[in-house]
Amino acid sequence: MPVSAEPTSVDPRHEQSAHANATEELRPHAEDAFAAELAALAAQDDRPRPARWKLSPWAVATYLQGGTLPDGTVITPKYVGPRRIVEVAVTTLATDRALLLLGVPGTAKTWVSEHLAAAVSGNSTLLVQGTAGTPEEAIRYGWNYARLLAHGPSREALVPSPVMRAMAEGMTARVEELTRIPADVQDTLITILSEKNLPIPELGQEVQAVRGFNLIATANDRDRGVNELSSALRRRFNTVVLPLPESADAEVDIVSRRVDQIGRSLDLPAVPDGVDEIRRVVTVFRELRDGVTSDGRTKLKSPSGTLSTAEAISVVTSGLALAAHFGDGVLRASDVAAGILGAVVRDPAADRVVWQEYLEAVVRERDGWKDFYRACREVSA
Amino acid sequence: MTEGERRTGPLLLGVRHHGPGSARAVRAALAAARPAVVLIEGPPEADALVPLAADEDMRPPVALLAHAVDEPGRSAFWPLAEFSPEWVAIRWALEHGVPARFIDLPATHTLAWESDSGGESEGQGDDEGEGEGNDGCPPESDAVRGPAPADTDPDTVPDADLRVDPLAVLARTGGYDDPERWWEDVVEHRGAGEGDAFAPFEVLDEAMGALREVYGTGGHERDPVREAYMRLQVRAAQREFGDAAVAVVCGAWHVPALRQKTAVAADRALLKGLPKVKVDVTWVPWTHRRLARASGYGAGIDSPGWYGHLFGARDRPVERWMTKVAGLLRDEDRMVSSAHVIEAVRLADTLAAMRGRPLPGLTETTDAVRAVMCEGSDVPLALVHDRLVVGDVLGEVPESAPAVPLQRDLTRLQRRLRLKPEALERELELDLRKETDAGRSRLLHRLRLLGIGWGEPAASRGSTGTFRETWRLRWEPELAVRVAEAGVWGTTVLSAATARAEADAVGAGSLADVTALAERCLLAELADALPVVMRVLADRAALDADVGHLAQALPALVRSLRYGDVRGTDTGALAEVAAGLAERVFVGLPPACAALDREAAEEMRRHVDAVHGAVGLLGEAVAPNPAPAGTAGAGETADGVSVGAAAENPARASEPGAALGSGTAPTSPSSASGAPASAAEDVPEPGHHSELRRRWHSVLRVLSARDSVAGVVRGRAVRLLLDDGELAQDEAAVLMGLVLSPGTAPGDAAAWIEGFVGGGSGGGMLLVHDERLLGLVDAWLTGVPAEAFTDVLPLLRRTFSVYEPGVRRTLGELVRRGPEQRGSAVAGAAGLPGFAPDLDARRADAVLPVLRLLLGPLGAGDGGVDDNNLVGVGT
Repeated sequence: MPVSAEPTSVDPRHEQSAHANATEELRPHAEDAFAAELAALAAQDDRPRPARWKLSPWAVATYLQGGTLPDGTVITPKYVGPRRIVEVAVTTLATDRALLLLGVPGTAKTWVSEHLAAAVSGNSTLLVQGTAGTPEEAIRYGWNYARLLAHGPSREALVPSPVMRAMAEGMTARVEELTRIPADVQDTLITILSEKNLPIPELGQEVQAVRGFNLIATANDRDRGVNELSSALRRRFNTVVLPLPESADAEVDIVSRRVDQIGRSLDLPAVPDGVDEIRRVVTVFRELRDGVTSDGRTKLKSPSGTLSTAEAISVVTSGLALAAHFGDGVLRASDVAAGILGAVVRDPAADRVVWQEYLEAVVRERDGWKDFYRACREVSA
Repeated sequence: MTEGERRTGPLLLGVRHHGPGSARAVRAALAAARPAVVLIEGPPEADALVPLAADEDMRPPVALLAHAVDEPGRSAFWPLAEFSPEWVAIRWALEHGVPARFIDLPATHTLAWESDSGGESEGQGDDEGEGEGNDGCPPESDAVRGPAPADTDPDTVPDADLRVDPLAVLARTGGYDDPERWWEDVVEHRGAGEGDAFAPFEVLDEAMGALREVYGTGGHERDPVREAYMRLQVRAAQREFGDAAVAVVCGAWHVPALRQKTAVAADRALLKGLPKVKVDVTWVPWTHRRLARASGYGAGIDSPGWYGHLFGARDRPVERWMTKVAGLLRDEDRMVSSAHVIEAVRLADTLAAMRGRPLPGLTETTDAVRAVMCEGSDVPLALVHDRLVVGDVLGEVPESAPAVPLQRDLTRLQRRLRLKPEALERELELDLRKETDAGRSRLLHRLRLLGIGWGEPAASRGSTGTFRETWRLRWEPELAVRVAEAGVWGTTVLSAATARAEADAVGAGSLADVTALAERCLLAELADALPVVMRVLADRAALDADVGHLAQALPALVRSLRYGDVRGTDTGALAEVAAGLAERVFVGLPPACAALDREAAEEMRRHVDAVHGAVGLLGEAVAPNPAPAGTAGAGETADGVSVGAAAENPARASEPGAALGSGTAPTSPSSASGAPASAAEDVPEPGHHSELRRRWHSVLRVLSARDSVAGVVRGRAVRLLLDDGELAQDEAAVLMGLVLSPGTAPGDAAAWIEGFVGGGSGGGMLLVHDERLLGLVDAWLTGVPAEAFTDVLPLLRRTFSVYEPGVRRTLGELVRRGPEQRGSAVAGAAGLPGFAPDLDARRADAVLPVLRLLLGPLGAGDGGVDDNNLVGVGT
């Protein structure tokens, strides 16, 4: 499932030995969690595989989209969404172009990139987490200073980055949140992606990428305060935009499933029958996001916020907490109203007008939404 | 004639209409077989027009248009693009000096059929734009809608009895879920094959034969008749030119039927007694966009531009396509390098391999363009789709093509309405209550929408009634050209004007344009265009963030609404949109009124006034039921007039209201005449109406109370509330006192005063009559410090200088006389000579019986209103 708000794993130096007792881990890597599926796919995969790929492109696509193998093994779908997206992504990796997954938060970018790396290279841990403080060393290489001082510059004193290791071993490297990385650091990727080598001037050497190396980056196109990719870098990527869930039902399904998981892990008391309210939250989010009502008849202004599925999940979760601790135990309109207002009105001037218009023009007229309208009026006033 | 041994009958070339692969295959097959005559599926009436296809000025896409002579609205189109196999066949025949003939059932029958099943003639005019019109006439359906073997409607497949989609069956058999894609892979993407030119047709023929064995006519009940006719034509041609010298280009679906051996007599029997109608045929220009339209007269092909490219490209279609795309994106200032093109081609190829297709199709190239050139975004991709995949290609037809049916329809209407086209300019007075005049008005308005400026509206002399219209008529010779140009929009004035209005609405630049268009649609009575215009209007209104635009659009819309009432059109949709627009204005107005400079504030005050008037009108316009259309002469007129009168009043309400010196005043004339008439039928409406007003009043309250709102707007809001009786006098006094108190900056206070009593809203009459307000103003003015006074003076002067001299003098006198004497001075000084300061009860009572007669029985509590009415009558 493209379950949103998947926590990003920051664990670049993950040691293989740690997999010994995978069940103890809070969150096992994709290649461990789905090892059986990957093995079954590999066993029955008779199509040609690109160099150093664990599976053929067709098998990778099946791994992501789910399906049933000839011997009856069921492959669970990892990503529910347009087939086109998975196909373009896998095909891109099969050529020597890098893959850039774009999308608003909560569209399963990280999830897809992890599973792609796991299926293609059998290893999803060659990861650089992009932050505003990501240094060049995280992408190229660093030095073990004790060694450097003791023995002078040598390959032994060099600490390779995940990208460097991926190049040397012909694996898939991942860069998370590429646009958060400062622009000058981003640009170190240009040589790697175009020349496919990484010079080490201190040693007069270079690391050349072997066949099978590729890179998956994820980035967020709606956030503020991001560093736009330079066009030179952008040109090295094939871009795939991961869309928000296509239908309201799919989104409701994702939200309620995820809310359920979070609720259990937070030990919230069980609140029965919140589906109607969840559907309402999802409807509001979708309508404002798409700028059109769900019946497709009225256009709306869209607020400045992203209104992603992840935010819908947090609105419902906090609504559940309200209902459980302060309400009568049933998720009601008043429990989610404040959360929705907070998610929609990010810019106090412009977004408030958008929200008011939406309330008056759409919500007020809608059958069975009276309680919701009243609750929203109360918190908006 | 080398194929003579292999073939026994005519050369049957089954094609998919508008399929580039089919077209290429047809060309190859014709070149190889060199037949002596080419027979093509199409209306035989068009045989005479075939040579025009070779004309230098003829550029596809074009369409053959057949229409009934008496009813231009009843028509059928056979669109032909450059890549249509039929077009290729026609061109081949003309180039080789071989006769080309159309062999489908004559349009004279098919159009007559249409009338049997298609309802009355008026209804036919509007089948432009909706698929229903064509569904009524299966014979055309494959000519008009594209792939003959497949009706391109995968959704309707399951009901095999009704309308089978043979391609879908073949595609499913071939393991494809999308029949279009199957056809593309198997047929269209075949390059110019070096192999046997006839092989593809034979294979297809076999497949279709198998399908028709199972499905028969597949729900096209009229196919047997058409096929019988085609068989007869093929036989006739065979007799004339020899057995094997005949080539037939028709939808693949028909091939097995044409191959069938049937008795001539049986075929003739099928054709006996078909209904007939007199038909004219001509060429009309077509566009790629219309080919792409899935309904109406579109051919239902999604990607004419792509097909044209496939047909036109010599080799390496994908590479050439990507280069085209790159060129387009560069023209639009997107940075696309050759490296991008290379990568896009590579990705498309790899994708095709991964999806198991022989060549990258449109899906693969689009995916590749999106991922490589458009950075994953669908926005530039939409441009590519619009400009390249569909394309801007516009067909041309030589001048020598016969006249378009629109001209005929216009002539017919002119005759019917006794409105002769004359070169001499003349003025035409129309009384819309008369049926002929209303028809003339409609025709002129429709022509104006079509850009045929025969009549220009002129200002009415004398009468200002809404049922009068004055036109200045002048027929210029070049208007005939305009009519011909407008022919692309439709075959009748009504359908053309509707199509044009819809297109204009979609392409309109600003909200005000759409509102104006809505008004014109109402005047031209284009009921079918109205929903589209309204939808566009609602969309624009929803996305327009400028309250000013919305406030400007509202009055025009409300005016339209009122017009619609006068003319008896159903304006339900309009009322809904207007109410929605008002709602948006209500929400957007308070924030938009903050932090304005003087001029902007003044403009905003005008907007507030306009919206106030519109909200009043809207309530009035929504209230009465739509009058019955056209027929109910006197009753309707009376109703229309009274509504018009009632509606007019609130616009000017502030004037009499001010003159009466009472907050309850505006309710007097309109409610007295309008309410009793309509009270019975619209029980729920007043609720909605008053709801709208109530909300507007609450907006005004917000405006009046918010300090950040410009003074002039705040003052105006208070005044409007006061006029509507929403604010009691003493409340207004409190508000004014607050504003005019020393805590307020003098400039702001003066602006407030200007808004409250100022320009264009009834002058200073309120001040003359309301001594307490005057006292407040007076007290504030005398309290202004000397140094601040000079700052305030220009503002005050501006406010007071626009008053009538009499009002100014009266004010001056009132101020001079001082507070204690004002009470008696009011009546004497207010310009009502002969009136005593107090009401003469005896004389007033004498009028009451007449008033009661006029107004009907009055409820209790109307006494106060009565008094006001009396004074109102006096003024």
